[in-house]
Amino acid sequence: MKEVDVQDLQKWIDSFANKDVYIHLETTNGSYATHYNEQFFNASAFIRNAKIRYEYGKVIDDNPHRVGLKLENGWVYAQGITHYELDEQGRLLMAGLNPEGKLAVALEISETPFK
Amino acid sequence: MTVKPERHVLLVFPHPDDESFSSAGLVRMYRNMGVPVTYACLTLGEMGRNLGNPPFATRESLPEIRRKELLKACEAMGIEDLRMMGFRDKTIEFEDDEKMVKLVQDLIDELNPSLIITFLPNYCVHPDHEATARAVVEAVRRMPKNERPVVYGVGFATNTVAEKGEPDVVIDITEVKEDKLKALQAHDSQTAWMIEENQKRIDEGQPMSDSWFHYEKFYTIRFDDEE
Repeated sequence: MKEVDVQDLQKWIDSFANKDVYIHLETTNGSYATHYNEQFFNASAFIRNAKIRYEYGKVIDDNPHRVGLKLENGWVYAQGITHYELDEQGRLLMAGLNPEGKLAVALEISETPFK
Repeated sequence: MTVKPERHVLLVFPHPDDESFSSAGLVRMYRNMGVPVTYACLTLGEMGRNLGNPPFATRESLPEIRRKELLKACEAMGIEDLRMMGFRDKTIEFEDDEKMVKLVQDLIDELNPSLIITFLPNYCVHPDHEATARAVVEAVRRMPKNERPVVYGVGFATNTVAEKGEPDVVIDITEVKEDKLKALQAHDSQTAWMIEENQKRIDEGQPMSDSWFHYEKFYTIRFDDEE
C-alpha cells in the first residue's frame, strides 16, 4: 500500500461504481485497548463480504482522507484512510494506519468475495 | 519447578504468537525430552493491527505472512504437529459454543493428552482467548474425573494475581531462552517492535524484565468436583 493519491484513488473508486461488489469495512482500537487503559471505551465494527452496489464514490482531499460510497438506499463511509493499493487480485484495499503503523480503519472493495 | 515428562501435550490457542509469548520455553523443554506436542491454532490472526507505516502488509496479505511466521515459530519450538483450525480472528466467541467444545473433545479423543495448555478463563483479556479457554475447560470438565488431562491456564489480566494469587506452576526456562527468543522473532509482524525495544533497552543497560525469558507461569485449572 502507498499513501493516498487522491486523483489515482478516485479513479479506482469510480471503476467499481454501478457493479455488484463485496466490501470489507472495519474499524478497530485493538482488543487490548481496555487492557492498556481501563478508562478506554472500546468500540469497533466489522463487516466482511457484504454485497453492495454504489452509484458513485468520493475520496475527500483531507489528511487523513474520508471515503464515501452512495448506495441506492444508503451510504457506506470510512474516515481516517491514509493508504491504498489495487492488489494483484484487482481488489481496491484502503486502510487508515496510525503513526505507529497500526490499522485503525479499513475499507476494501472487490468484485469477488474476500476469502 | 522440575518439568516432568508427559504422555502428550496439547496446546490450544487462537492466534499465532499466543503460544510463543506464553509457552515457547516449556514447549521446547518438552520437545527436548521427546514429549510429543500438538498445537491447535484456531485462527491466523487475520485481524492483527500492525501493518507498519510505511506498511509491510495489507489486511488481505497478513494471514499468509502470519501463517509462515507460525510455521517458523513451530520449528523453533520443535512442534511437529501443528493444526491450523481455519477460524477467523476475533470471531471465536461468536461461533457456536458446542461446536468449539466438540472441536476440543475431538482433539482429546484423538491425541489422549496428559497436559493441555490454554488460557485461563476470565483472566485472559482478549475475547478470542476467553472463548478458546472456555471451550477447553468445558470439554475437559465433561470428561470422567479420573481421565481428565491436567490443564494449565495462562492468565495475564491486570487483576489476575490480586484475585487468583500467584500462579502455582512456575517454570524456569533459562536453559531454552534462546529458543524462546527465536520463536518470538519468528512472529516478526507481531514482535519486531518489541524486540527492537528490548535491544534498545539492552543498549541502554536496561533489558526487558527477566520474566520474559526466565520464567513461564501457569495456573492449574481446578474443576468443581475435584478436591
